[in-house]
Amino acid sequence: MLQVTALQKSFDGFMAVSDAHLHAAQGEITAVIGPNGAGKTTLFHLITGQITPDRGSIRFKDKDIVSLPPYAICRLGISRSYQVVNVFDRLDVFENVRVAVLSRQRRSFNLFANARRMAVKETREILQTVGLGDKAGRISGTLSHGDRKVLEIAVALGNRPELLILDEPTAGMSPEETEIVLQLMRRLRSEMGITLVFCEHDMEMVFTLADQIMVMQHGRTLIQDRPDAVRNHPEVRAAYLGDDEC
Amino acid sequence: MTQSRFQALVIPAVLLLALAFLPQFGTRFYIYLVSLILIQGLLATSLNLLLGFGGMYQFHHAVFYGTGAYATALVLTKTGSPAWVAFAAAPLAGGILSLLIGVVCVRLSKLYFGMLQISLGSLVWTIVYRWYNFTGGDDGIHGIPVPDAISSGVGAYYFTLAVTVVSLFILYRIIRSPFGMTFQAVRDNPVRCEAIGVNVRVHQLIGMVIAGAFAGIAGSLFVTVEGSVFPELMFWTLSLEILIMCLLGGWFTFFGPMLGAAVIVSLQTFVGIYTEYWTMVLGIVLMMLILLLPQGVLGFFMERWIKISRSEEN
Repeated sequence: MLQVTALQKSFDGFMAVSDAHLHAAQGEITAVIGPNGAGKTTLFHLITGQITPDRGSIRFKDKDIVSLPPYAICRLGISRSYQVVNVFDRLDVFENVRVAVLSRQRRSFNLFANARRMAVKETREILQTVGLGDKAGRISGTLSHGDRKVLEIAVALGNRPELLILDEPTAGMSPEETEIVLQLMRRLRSEMGITLVFCEHDMEMVFTLADQIMVMQHGRTLIQDRPDAVRNHPEVRAAYLGDDEC
Repeated sequence: MTQSRFQALVIPAVLLLALAFLPQFGTRFYIYLVSLILIQGLLATSLNLLLGFGGMYQFHHAVFYGTGAYATALVLTKTGSPAWVAFAAAPLAGGILSLLIGVVCVRLSKLYFGMLQISLGSLVWTIVYRWYNFTGGDDGIHGIPVPDAISSGVGAYYFTLAVTVVSLFILYRIIRSPFGMTFQAVRDNPVRCEAIGVNVRVHQLIGMVIAGAFAGIAGSLFVTVEGSVFPELMFWTLSLEILIMCLLGGWFTFFGPMLGAAVIVSLQTFVGIYTEYWTMVLGIVLMMLILLLPQGVLGFFMERWIKISRSEEN
């Protein structure tokens, strides 16, 4: 479904991503791991069009999406959440998701209808799915960190994506909250058929959840393979996992 | 909740009724003053669509107001067209100029957007200021033949009131529409908006055209009330004044700018009687505003109101 080949991006001479490869198959969960500064977030920015690569190709459903603007990439079916919570702080939870749903329904140019009556059912369903149903009326800026991270995912779901990219979905969460997100990601795959790509520092979560793991270091892809193969890869052990992890 | 809803309906209704009967008991002076407040309030509200609901630093909004006023004035004086053409020309001219300036500016980020807009707006002002045989230059145009029905003080007042109320209603609907909601999302987070499939620049451009058109309407109302136009209508100091109206009234509220206009225009008029240093008073008001009421007057009361109704619920 997604095929990233030999991607490269530098900022003012600093090579953030030098040679990234990633493929995500339909219905699979692919994890991207690597130490801080390995270029994971930059890779996600590149895929979703927020920044343009210097070299390399990104194909989604056999279509070249390099140099498309972010809104066009989103309309093709790729949604994302952000590492640092990035929602609409002055709108309430319900409106946060509704904006995404309205955008997907191509209704954002409607000037005169009353938005309060639109996209209600679908928005409510999404909030139920992620477990924010009882907090629909809260202004998003006042939510707890964990809830805001979940709202991140809910907003991304508003676009009804085929491919969902999650940038550290459980960063800063308590173990209970992490478990909830883990279950949610499983359900997104099994019930909605969404293909997931995520990056995460929590190795336990990565190895229990992912079908495929891609390891990045210094902007390069070391390997992408099944979890057990990655676990036993000598270079990965030496470079990243360390002895205590295995 | 029902009580606050009741209040939200009753307060505007009473206000509207009072405004409708004002000519019965008000003097000419007050009728004129309220007309000016309505016009500048509509102008400030149109600016606030961009400022408070779109997060766009539209620093030179008066240009579209002046353009609307000149459009109406020029059609009335230079052509034999019926009056409605002159009044339709105002939003059209404001909207088109908005589109032109918007296409150039909208790709820039916040502050640079505002800066470039000031330059382009000043360019328009210079043209109007210098082009004697078309715009009348710095003399402006006087004795504009406004139709008889709306040329008297009371007639102009009712026309202004009706157009302002209808315009505010439309603007309110726009803010509540899917577009308006998306526009507010753009204000809060343009990057995320792109990521959820919203073409931010096109939305900002549409917002600018709408705001410019309604500023143009306000300009045509000024022609109705005053019967003349002059380049000061699009000078940058006026842009600053309406910016202050928005901040003073509360730029995250819909009716804040109208309230701000009422305060500023009244101050200007009454302080102006006693001293010519009225801008000093404006400066003091502005300083107090920044220090004491960062949310604006209406924003402050709304916040208190919400707090009170919350505590009553609990």
